[in-house]
Amino acid sequence: MTGAAETGEPRPADVAVIGAGVVGTAITRALAVRDVSCVLIDAANDVGTGTSKANTAILHTGFDTVPGSLESRLLRRGYELLGEYARGAGIPVERTGALLVAWTPEQAAELPAIEDKARRNGVTDVYPIGADELYRREPALGPGALGALVIPGESIICPWTTPLAYATQALAAGARLRLRSRVTGIRARAMEHQVVTDTGVVRCRWVVNAAGLHSDAVDAMMGGDRFTICPRRGELIVFDKLARPLLSSILLPVPTARTKGVLVAPTVYGNVLLGPTAEDVPDPADVATTAAGLASLLDAGHRILPGLAAEEVTATYAGLRAATADRDYQIWVDGSRRYACVAGIRSTGLSASLGIAEYVTGLLADAGLRLAGRAEPDPPVMPYIGQAGIRPYQDAARIAADPEYGAIVCHCERVTRGEIRDALAGPLPPADIDALRRRTRVLNGRCQGFYCAATVAQLFAGSRLPAYAAAPAEQSPAAESPA
Amino acid sequence: MTGDLPPRASGGSSPRASTVLIVGAGPAGLAAAVELRRLGAGTVLVADRDDEAGGIPRHSEHTGFGARDLRRVLTGPAYARRYAAAAAAAGADLRLGTTVSGWDGAGTPDGGLARGDGPHRVRLTSSAGIETVAARAVLLATGCRERPRTARLVPGDRPPGVMTTGELQRRVYLAGQRLPGRALVVGAEHVSFSAMVTLAHAGAEVIALVTDRSRHTSYAGFGLAASWRWHVPVWPSTVVRRLAGRGRLEGAELAHLRTGATRFVPCDLVVFTGDWIPDHELARAGGLAMDPGTRGPAVDTALETSVPGVFAAGNLVHAAETADIAALGGRHAARGIAAFLRDGDGPAPGPVRLPVTVEPPLLWIAPNVLRAGGPAPPGGRFVLRSDVFARLARLEVWQDGRRLATVASYGMKPDRPVRLGASWTGRADPGGGPVTVRLA
Repeated sequence: MTGAAETGEPRPADVAVIGAGVVGTAITRALAVRDVSCVLIDAANDVGTGTSKANTAILHTGFDTVPGSLESRLLRRGYELLGEYARGAGIPVERTGALLVAWTPEQAAELPAIEDKARRNGVTDVYPIGADELYRREPALGPGALGALVIPGESIICPWTTPLAYATQALAAGARLRLRSRVTGIRARAMEHQVVTDTGVVRCRWVVNAAGLHSDAVDAMMGGDRFTICPRRGELIVFDKLARPLLSSILLPVPTARTKGVLVAPTVYGNVLLGPTAEDVPDPADVATTAAGLASLLDAGHRILPGLAAEEVTATYAGLRAATADRDYQIWVDGSRRYACVAGIRSTGLSASLGIAEYVTGLLADAGLRLAGRAEPDPPVMPYIGQAGIRPYQDAARIAADPEYGAIVCHCERVTRGEIRDALAGPLPPADIDALRRRTRVLNGRCQGFYCAATVAQLFAGSRLPAYAAAPAEQSPAAESPA
Repeated sequence: MTGDLPPRASGGSSPRASTVLIVGAGPAGLAAAVELRRLGAGTVLVADRDDEAGGIPRHSEHTGFGARDLRRVLTGPAYARRYAAAAAAAGADLRLGTTVSGWDGAGTPDGGLARGDGPHRVRLTSSAGIETVAARAVLLATGCRERPRTARLVPGDRPPGVMTTGELQRRVYLAGQRLPGRALVVGAEHVSFSAMVTLAHAGAEVIALVTDRSRHTSYAGFGLAASWRWHVPVWPSTVVRRLAGRGRLEGAELAHLRTGATRFVPCDLVVFTGDWIPDHELARAGGLAMDPGTRGPAVDTALETSVPGVFAAGNLVHAAETADIAALGGRHAARGIAAFLRDGDGPAPGPVRLPVTVEPPLLWIAPNVLRAGGPAPPGGRFVLRSDVFARLARLEVWQDGRRLATVASYGMKPDRPVRLGASWTGRADPGGGPVTVRLA
């Protein structure tokens, strides 16, 4: 580590947010744009590297949540807010809709109850269809489907651009980002808290625990013992883009008592996603894939969409969901200790993130945190990495203005030298190649680096000034506005 | 991509015309360009997404290139330079750093090519902009790549330090990287030994070549050289069960297929070699009929695809043969293209096309379509792949329960070409069913 000074700054920050996942970045953004001074702390070298980067990339309506739960409420609100925010920020979203497909009479019998539950969750545009209509919509569906429930609002979204957009906007609004800093303890004091990290101490008035898989440990540092996180691993398989024409909607399983089932969904990059498995694992860092997990996914995937069997697999990965024994979110604010806990977000954090941030901001204000009354600023405009819109290589005017947008480096994903250059020089530059992948999609394609890995490594190394390696762990507000 | 949007603001300007457009400036594409110009077939535009012409041989820094097509033996880079220079000297228009990003004016509902007459319109993207080229004939020579770890579904952690031979060679020979550490090579065919030599050159210590086959499938001399000169053993009947290491690679868990015994081999690099797949995206985006065996476009003996005027050659149609075979295929396709430009495909309706398929343990055959009145295949022979070793095998050619030929094949090995003469093609009934090749 870099040996940053023990005392970071003369005055404590208003709020230290621990955890730079999609929830932590959303809360930091919400506070920073209201003139609250924030430090966002994470052990990793980038935002959005935990549960936020490895999920099913679906923008959920919340149709199947427990009616009346906090999750139901915040998911519904977050869905609306993020849909709007994504439009402004250029976060790829496709309004594909979902089909909850019944394959057995038992599953078909469940559909009316699920439809009723959706309505009680405020998702009122759902409706059932029969087998004929189902196969008309999804001709490549495997044989034996009996019918489906249509959830028109379910959508697909880019899980990488979302926390990057939040963090970019938070930085532009004055928040500080302290990456590569593992929180080892919290000294809770009457006037200020001291968050002890392995790169120094962060002084703050309030602590927000958005530490995801580690939120129980952070809660314990604040003297709590109300919940335990049980990491639940989900393995996923990404199929080649040539498989994309096999489906048009998200194909959801009907959960039954026996099995939760796996989904097949298009991705905003034009791939097909299959998963997840669900397996409780003891280690909150164990994102290894397993032979059994991948085999079970393929088995299910080939039954749902037989055409997948002839297509290549582009990637496999696993993510961990921060589940707790409680079914609902664990969100509360303790004004006396100036502490907010935002935990147990499980698998819905991406969709609910803006709803959670709005709710937590309100709780903090009620508990005494002073917010400036400011109009919601425009989101930053993020580089577009989806397939439904126009990418730089497809934009003749843009190439004419800057030929680097015509120089394709990553052939599978059609990523140009101009986009890589922009990412490397951006307000939140990538610390490693994986971070560059999440910003540009470089190396994420079918060849997995056969053609471009050497070139990308050169471009990345060339961007690294010698001073970068010794840069302080905490990143100051961006010098220029990202928009 | 099938789902590709048309480019923004590219309209207005009329397409650039070229008699022939060749996609890919590797051995097949460049050899075809030279031959087309020699035959006086008109203007030839060769597009390659790489910044240099030559294809895979550019970063294959060993000798052995050119035996069958140039009648001399060169290193990969010298061979690549020779073909690039020959194509330029022949008057082909080489467009490098240029991606063929799609077919324009796609006429079928699935975004595929119109089957009608008229030129094929293809979209080119480069730093010079987006341009449409209208060509009377198109040759796809996009080559092949190795399946990466992910496509092989090797589970475990996902640290860096896991790559294909293609990435390895580009890192070492084109980017000048050193790769110190212990390396494991997955595969034991020609390219696996090439990866071993590249790793040694880059400063790595190669632990072993592991293969799920019962023995390696390269030249006997390569196996001996590996053990004598580099002290690298081949571990047969062995598979990679899992990769381990968070942040950086720690090692691989190997399992022996017969005994089931597993062991953990610490290493810093794992190179996945071979297991080729054609770069067939443009072919599929164009809606060409695909061959389930080769996974490239189905081609007849003139190397024409299911769409008149669209041809395919090289490792796109037989992944992977050596560079000289790819080049000879390109030259053969050029003659087919010249004939097409001269005569068209004959009177409508299109000629009868008989599929040629194989039965397991044969994996594929190329070309894989017989066309009535078509020429002999490249070099007068079909090329096949077998999944089994056989010192002496008999290949049988059948159609509708009738045996058309029986041909002896010596020294059959997986990953290596099996050749089948074409003298039987005249005995196939153009009105009959598919032709099948199998082991007796």
